[in-house]
Amino acid sequence: MSNDAATAEATGATETAPAPEPIPHGLGASLPPADARAKTEGTFPYAADLWAEGLLWAAVLRSPHAHARIVSIDTTHAREMPGVRAVVTHEDVPGAPLHGRGSRADRPVFASDVVRHHGEPIAAVAADHPDTARMAAAAVIVEYEVLHPVTDPEQAFEAEPLHPDGNLIRHIPLRHGDPEAAGEVVVEGLYRIGRQDPAPIGAEAGLAVPRPDGGVELYLASTDPHGDRDTAADCYGLSPEQVKVVVTGVPGATADREDQGFQLPLGLLALKTGCPVKLTATREESFLGHVHRHPTLLRYRHHADAGGRVVKVEAQILLDAGAYADTSSDALAAAVAFACGPYVVPNAFIEGWAVRTNNPPSGHVRGEGAMQVCAAYEAQMDKIAKKLGLDPAEVRLRNVLATGDVLPTGQTVTCPAPVAELLQAVRDFPLPALPKDTPEDEWLLPGGPEGAGEPGAVRRGVGYGIGMVHLLGAEGADEVSTATVKVQDGVATVLCAAVETGQGFTTLARQIVQETLGVDEVHVAPVDTDQPPAGAGCRGRHTWVSGGAVERAAKMVRTQLLQPLAHQFGMSTELLQIADGKITSYDGVLSTTVAEALDGKELWATAQCRPHPTEPLDETGQGDAFVGMAFCAIRAVVDVDIEIGSVRVVELAVAQDVGRVLNPAQLTARIEAGVTQGVGIALTENLRTPRGLIRHPDLTGYALPTALDAPDIRIVKLVEERDVVAPFGAKAVSAVPVVASPAAVASAVRAATGRPVNRLPIRPQAAVVTGN
Amino acid sequence: MGQREGAVGLTTHAPQAAQAVTLPTTLDEAVAALAAVPAAVPVAGGTDLMAAVNSGQLRPAALVGLGRISEIRGWQYQDGHALLGAGLTHARMGRPDFAALIPALAAAARAAGPPQIRNAGTLGGNIASAAPTGDALPVLAALEATLIIAGPDGARREMPVSHLLAGMEMLRAGELIGYVRVPLLHAPQVFLKATGRTGPGRAMASVALVLDPARRGVRCAVGAIAPMPLRPLEAEQWVASLIDWDNGRAIVPEALHAFGEYVAAACIPEAAPAEDGSVPQLPPAVLHLRRTVAALARRALGRALS
Repeated sequence: MSNDAATAEATGATETAPAPEPIPHGLGASLPPADARAKTEGTFPYAADLWAEGLLWAAVLRSPHAHARIVSIDTTHAREMPGVRAVVTHEDVPGAPLHGRGSRADRPVFASDVVRHHGEPIAAVAADHPDTARMAAAAVIVEYEVLHPVTDPEQAFEAEPLHPDGNLIRHIPLRHGDPEAAGEVVVEGLYRIGRQDPAPIGAEAGLAVPRPDGGVELYLASTDPHGDRDTAADCYGLSPEQVKVVVTGVPGATADREDQGFQLPLGLLALKTGCPVKLTATREESFLGHVHRHPTLLRYRHHADAGGRVVKVEAQILLDAGAYADTSSDALAAAVAFACGPYVVPNAFIEGWAVRTNNPPSGHVRGEGAMQVCAAYEAQMDKIAKKLGLDPAEVRLRNVLATGDVLPTGQTVTCPAPVAELLQAVRDFPLPALPKDTPEDEWLLPGGPEGAGEPGAVRRGVGYGIGMVHLLGAEGADEVSTATVKVQDGVATVLCAAVETGQGFTTLARQIVQETLGVDEVHVAPVDTDQPPAGAGCRGRHTWVSGGAVERAAKMVRTQLLQPLAHQFGMSTELLQIADGKITSYDGVLSTTVAEALDGKELWATAQCRPHPTEPLDETGQGDAFVGMAFCAIRAVVDVDIEIGSVRVVELAVAQDVGRVLNPAQLTARIEAGVTQGVGIALTENLRTPRGLIRHPDLTGYALPTALDAPDIRIVKLVEERDVVAPFGAKAVSAVPVVASPAAVASAVRAATGRPVNRLPIRPQAAVVTGN
Repeated sequence: MGQREGAVGLTTHAPQAAQAVTLPTTLDEAVAALAAVPAAVPVAGGTDLMAAVNSGQLRPAALVGLGRISEIRGWQYQDGHALLGAGLTHARMGRPDFAALIPALAAAARAAGPPQIRNAGTLGGNIASAAPTGDALPVLAALEATLIIAGPDGARREMPVSHLLAGMEMLRAGELIGYVRVPLLHAPQVFLKATGRTGPGRAMASVALVLDPARRGVRCAVGAIAPMPLRPLEAEQWVASLIDWDNGRAIVPEALHAFGEYVAAACIPEAAPAEDGSVPQLPPAVLHLRRTVAALARRALGRALS
C-alpha cells in the first residue's frame, strides 16, 4: 500500500520536476548511507529497541561516594523482593575480577573492598520489571566508611596510593635537543582544560542472552566487539568462543562509548538466571558510567627568536586519568608527542604524567591528548605574536611543519603535511560581513535571540587554531583488520567486523566495492564476533585499515572474476576494466557484463590490512610511534559581549588535510560535526565534579551545542595530497577538527577581549573587559 | 513489529495499580478530581513533572491533566487588567498579539527554552514549579501580579504572586492556580536574560523591568540569582524620581549606569565585614554575577526609556 502511494507520488513528481539525478556510486561520490531513511523515520533498531521472549531487566547499584571503604554488602533484602531473580556482587564473578581497556587491567567488575569513583558498580540485579530491578538495587545495603577523595591531580603524587598499582599511571619525560637553548623572547602560561563528556545521544543499552552450551550472547552498541568479547569472557571464566558479541545499532559514538560497568553484569545475570537480561541506562547512569575526556593542566614556556621562530618549548602536562587507567597511557603519548603542535621545534623538553584520582575515569574521546595540548600551544603562539607585535597567523606561518620535518619524538613526518597551505587558505578567506546592513532586530548577538546582547558592548575577534592528530593506534599497537567480499548474481556483500558508529564506514565500504567490482548493489553485513577482528572504531582506523582490507578483498574477487576471461582472450587482467556492471577490454574487443562473467558462480575473497608497525616511545619520549598524521587549520570569528562575557562563535573557516575525498557529503558532515564538538569544549561542555561527585548528570546541566550555538562552518579548502601508505591515500577526518576548533575559538576571544583566556571551557568572567 | 508483540504478556508500567489519569474540562471539575483523590498530582505541560517521572524520582499514584480546561488556556480583560489563564503556554504568550499587551511576559516566554518546551510549558506550571530560573517569575514580580486560586466548591481566593514565591502563603490541598491577574500598563517593558550561551539555556541572571507611567513608577525584578525574584525597591524609587516623565521620559546616561550598580548592590550585597572591620572580597564568580546584573538592569532601563 504505502509502496504504491510512494510510487504514485514519485511519478507525480517526475511530471513536473526534471528527472531525478542517478544515485551516485563509487569513490568520490556522495553516496547516501543505506540506513539514512530508517534512521530519519525512527525505524532503525538501536540497542535500546532489543527484545527477547521472557527477558528480565537489570539495574546496577553504583557508588554514591567518590572514595569509600566498603565495610559490608548485604543483598538479603534485595533478593527477597518479589520479582527479583538474581543479585550479583564481586563474589559472583567467576573469572578475572579485574579488567581494563588498554594495557592495564586495574578495574574491578564490581567494587569489593573500596570504591574509587562516583558511579562505580557495586552490585547488579535482574528482575521481571525495570522498576523492580531499580528498587531492588536500591535495597542492597552497603555500609561505607567514607574516605577523603583525591580530586586534584596535582595532589595524586603525594597522596596515599588509591589503588594497589599506585597513583602514577604513566610518566613520559620527552627530551629532544639542547636543554640550554634560549630565545630572545620567552612566554609562559598555565592552562586548564575541563572534562568533556562524549554524551552519546542514545544512552547505553544492551541485552544478554544465555546459550544452551553455557555461553552467552551480548547484544551491544559496542565500538570494539572483539575487545568487549575478550573482556567479558575473561570475567565470566569462559573461553572467547563461548561469548559472542552482536553489534546492534550504535546511537552516537565519539568515544569509547560503551560502559563495561553494565555490559559485564548483564552477561553475569543472564548466565546466573538462564534468562535474557536487558538494561537501558538512564541519562544519569550514562553520565556516571562511561569515560570522559581527560581534564588537563598544562604549564608551558616557549622560547622564540626575534623573528618569532620557536627555539625551545618546555612543558609540563598533567592528565587526570580518574580512578582507573583505561586508555590514559595512549592519551598521554599523544599529548606529549604533539605538545609543540604542527610546528618545527628544534628543542623540546616535555614532562607528561597521567595520574590516578577519585574523579570519574577518563578514556578515549576523539582527539584525546592532542586537543588539550592544542589549546595550550596555540595560546602560546598568540602570546609570542603579541609580545613581538606580529600578526598571529604570520607567527604561525614562520614555524609550521612540513613533510620531512622532525617531531620532538624524533619521528620524521613522512606523510603529506600541508600545514602552511591550510593556514594560508583560512587566513586569506574573506571575513564574514558585519551585520550593519541588516535590521538590528535580526542580528544574532551573543546570548542569542531574546538574549541580553547589546550591539554597543559587542567586540569581534579573529583567531587561529592549527591541530594535528595521529591516525590509528600508536606505539606498537597491532592495527589489523580483516574483510570478506562476496559476489553473487551481480550483488556484492561485505563482511567486516568494523562497526558503523555513524562515521560512515559502511557507506565507504560500499563505495570501495562499487569502484573495484563495478557492482552497484553492495550490502554490508551486520557485525558480530564470529567474524574475524577488525579492531575498535577509533582514531580513524576503519577508513584506513578496514577500508584497506575491503579494497584488497574486492581486488581479489576482481581477479577471480576476470582471470578466466583474460585467459580466454589471451590478455592480462590489467587490460580489462569494469564499470557500471560491464567488463570491457582496453581495445573494445571484449564486452560482457559482470553478471554474465559470474555465470551463476559465487566468488569470495578474504583479505587483511596491516599498516607498517610502530614502536613505543622510549624513556626519553623518542620513537616512531605513529603510522600517520592529519592536520587541520581553523580560523574562528567570534562576537563577545564584553560586559556580560557571553560569546557567540560567528564563523569557523576550516581547511583540512584529507588525503583524498572519498565521499564529499559524508566528509563535510564529519568535519562540521567535529568542529561543533570543539565549540562545545570551548564554550559550554564541562562535566563538573566537585569533591569527585558528578553534578548535574543531565543534558540541561551539561550544555551540548544546539543549532543556535553552532557557527557558520565554511570548509574553505580540502587539501587532497594522497598519503602513499594509506589505502586510497585517504586520511580519516573526524578527530582533527575537534582538536583545532577549541583553540581557534579561544584565540579569537583573546583577540576580541585582550584577556588571556587560559581555561576551557571559557567562563563568562574570563571574557569580560572591566575597568573601561 | 513482530518482535514487539512479545511485549503483550509483560507489564510495561509500574507493577503497582495502574495509574489513574483524569482529564477534567473545567477548573471546578479539576479541583473536585483533586479532592476525590488526595494523592493525585495535577499536570499541565509536564515539562518539569514528567522529567521527574521519567527519571524515577516521582511516581504519582494518579494524575489530573489540566490540558483540556479551555477556560484557562486563554485570557480576558477585566477593568484595566488582563486575566491570564494558568494554562497559557509559553508559545502562545510569545506571539505578537500577546506581546502587544504584556511585552515583558512575551519576551520571557520566548526566551524560556527550546520550542518543544515552550509549546508544552505553561504559565501556571512556571509559577507552581517556582524554580529559581523560571523565566516568567521576575516578570510577574515586577508586574506585581495577583494569583487567583481555585478551591473546592467553587471557592476563589487571591494572593500576590510574591507571597506564593516567598512561601508567605501556600497552596492548600486540592487548590489550583486558575488565573494570573496582571495590570495593563500601556508602556515599555523589558525582560533580559543572561545564559552564557547562544542557544536556549537556563538563566544565570535575568532582569524584568516595567514602566508604570500612570503612577510614574519603575518596577524591576531580578531573577535566577536567588530562590525567588528580588525587587530592588529603593533603586526603583530613586531612578523613577530621576526620569523626566513629561518630557519623553528622558534620563541622563549616568543615571542608567548608577541604576545598574544600585540594583546589583541591592541584590548581591557586599560580604559582611570581618571581625577586624575589613570587608572581604566577593569570590570572582559572585563578582561576575554582580556585574552581569548591573549590565542587565542598565540595559533594561535604557531600552525601556529609549
